Amino acid sequence: MAAIAQSGFREPNLLMKMASRPTAMAGLLIIIAMIVLALLAPVISPYDPAQLAVRSRLQPPTWQHLFGTDDLGRDVFTRVLYSGRTSITVGFAVMIFASIVGVFLGLLAGFFRRLDAPVSRLIDAMMAFPDILLAIALVAALGASATNVVIALGVVYAPRLARVVRASTLVIRELPYVEAARALGVPTPVILVRHVLRNLTSPLLVQATFIFANAILAEAGLSFLGVGISPDIPTWGTMISVGRQYLEQAPWIMWFPGGAIIITVLSLQLVGDGLRDFLDPRLAKDI
Amino acid sequence: MIRSAFNRIFGMLIVMALVVTIVFVIVRVTPGDPAAVMLGPDATAADIASLRQRLGLDASIPQQFLSYIGGILRGDFGQSIFLNMPVTDALWQRAEPTFFLTVFSLTIATLIALPVGVLSAYWRGSAFDQAATTLAMFAASIPSFWLGLIFMQFFAVKLGWFDTSGYGGPGASFGERMHHLVLPAVTLGLISSALITRFTRASMLDVLNDDYVRTARSKGMSEWRVVVKHALKNALIPILTVIGLTAALLISGAIVTETVFGLPGVGSLIVSAVLRRDYPLIQGALLVVAGLYVLVNFIIDMLYLIVDPRVRY
Repeated sequence: MAAIAQSGFREPNLLMKMASRPTAMAGLLIIIAMIVLALLAPVISPYDPAQLAVRSRLQPPTWQHLFGTDDLGRDVFTRVLYSGRTSITVGFAVMIFASIVGVFLGLLAGFFRRLDAPVSRLIDAMMAFPDILLAIALVAALGASATNVVIALGVVYAPRLARVVRASTLVIRELPYVEAARALGVPTPVILVRHVLRNLTSPLLVQATFIFANAILAEAGLSFLGVGISPDIPTWGTMISVGRQYLEQAPWIMWFPGGAIIITVLSLQLVGDGLRDFLDPRLAKDI
Repeated sequence: MIRSAFNRIFGMLIVMALVVTIVFVIVRVTPGDPAAVMLGPDATAADIASLRQRLGLDASIPQQFLSYIGGILRGDFGQSIFLNMPVTDALWQRAEPTFFLTVFSLTIATLIALPVGVLSAYWRGSAFDQAATTLAMFAASIPSFWLGLIFMQFFAVKLGWFDTSGYGGPGASFGERMHHLVLPAVTLGLISSALITRFTRASMLDVLNDDYVRTARSKGMSEWRVVVKHALKNALIPILTVIGLTAALLISGAIVTETVFGLPGVGSLIVSAVLRRDYPLIQGALLVVAGLYVLVNFIIDMLYLIVDPRVRY
């Protein structure tokens, strides 16, 4: 039975489908490029992101300093690359954490009728808090650190994912193959993982991509407000908050990290949009 | 219908109770003693003990929870530690800039999003539609605080049309105060227009292919009347829902935008409360904002119930 199910149905190659949508493909390539740039930062840039050079402070963009220098003479281009490591890693970690919690809650609510009402009300209550507000309150309570920012944003985004998982689980639960598995005496955890979760991957992937994008924006907001990751670790948000003090003399300090956020978030959204279009053709043209 | 209304009221009360519980729990997850965290490393043991007593932290957790709920039911949201005044007063004092900021940015967002969303759906797949959809996605990718800084750099620093920050002095006239809100409202409005545009487009697409739209057309009605009177009117309920919920969510945008532009509103009050670890104030703000959201949601659902008799909860 399981063998038939596995050999009879094969997921079409995602990447092949992706290639048919130029915008989604472009988004994917840009994301990969951003990650590679962040990883190769020491190779690409001759400067140390933390090296002070007070004599060359607040210099406008030149060939020597592509994005100019900041208030302490540090190379802005180098710092944008290194900040990308933190910002992208935090966004990715939030996506993973929110997915784990969200899938768990969503499966509970969607699969077990008795748990549906309480878990759903909890999700409703969590979603009543605006994302940044709940995140800063949680970080205030937990203490400011990169790990706690990931936990706080994960808690903020998990309910959104849980909602999507619940909705899909409600449908899958009633499908004949789940009923068949149940009739065959397959244990519930196995049904949940092998039959329900595996068929949830499409909506999950789409939603997770959007959470990745939102988490990068939210982390930047927290860092900008000074309530997130410690200001000693460069992130795009903290760079902008430094640049804010030099708006008149050196606006480039905040231009470029902002540009990096926009490019990263926009390409993630393009990927998410593309994924949604061909994973769920029903929704394809509507939103 | 009355049964549905009762079901919905009951559901809302449960969510409200959960919101209160979450707000209560958030502060208790603090590692260590909240009183010690609030007072900082220089506090003496006696200070900490007296603050613990003031906050009622010596009681057992269930007791604290009960007295917290009791306070809320009486309209007492606790005392701000640093401002030394009731949380409700502190929030109320800062309400004006946030209120007008929300109203203005929502107006700007709606004025942009409604026509763009309707035309996008009407000319689906056209160059206009593609440009609008791409722009909306682009706007949703811009950090609001960064856009605010860009505007500030150009319109305030370079052109000198606006002050870079603040809300006018203590004696500033209403006009001066509103002048200070122009840049923040445009910033927030532009960014929130993205979401409303997407929804307007989606709900218009839903109705544009409906039978009554086709009937209206075949009657020889003008396109303008078909789109506005028949289609838009029917798409308006979901659109209004999104606008209403955006209003409640704008507080998130207000938190960063007010900080960027130095507006003395609720958003910047929340940030300073977080930086000073003023837990009662943070709790109060969370409760008010989330409570408003639940309430707006509830009112919208009730309106659905009245407008559309088919709706059941």
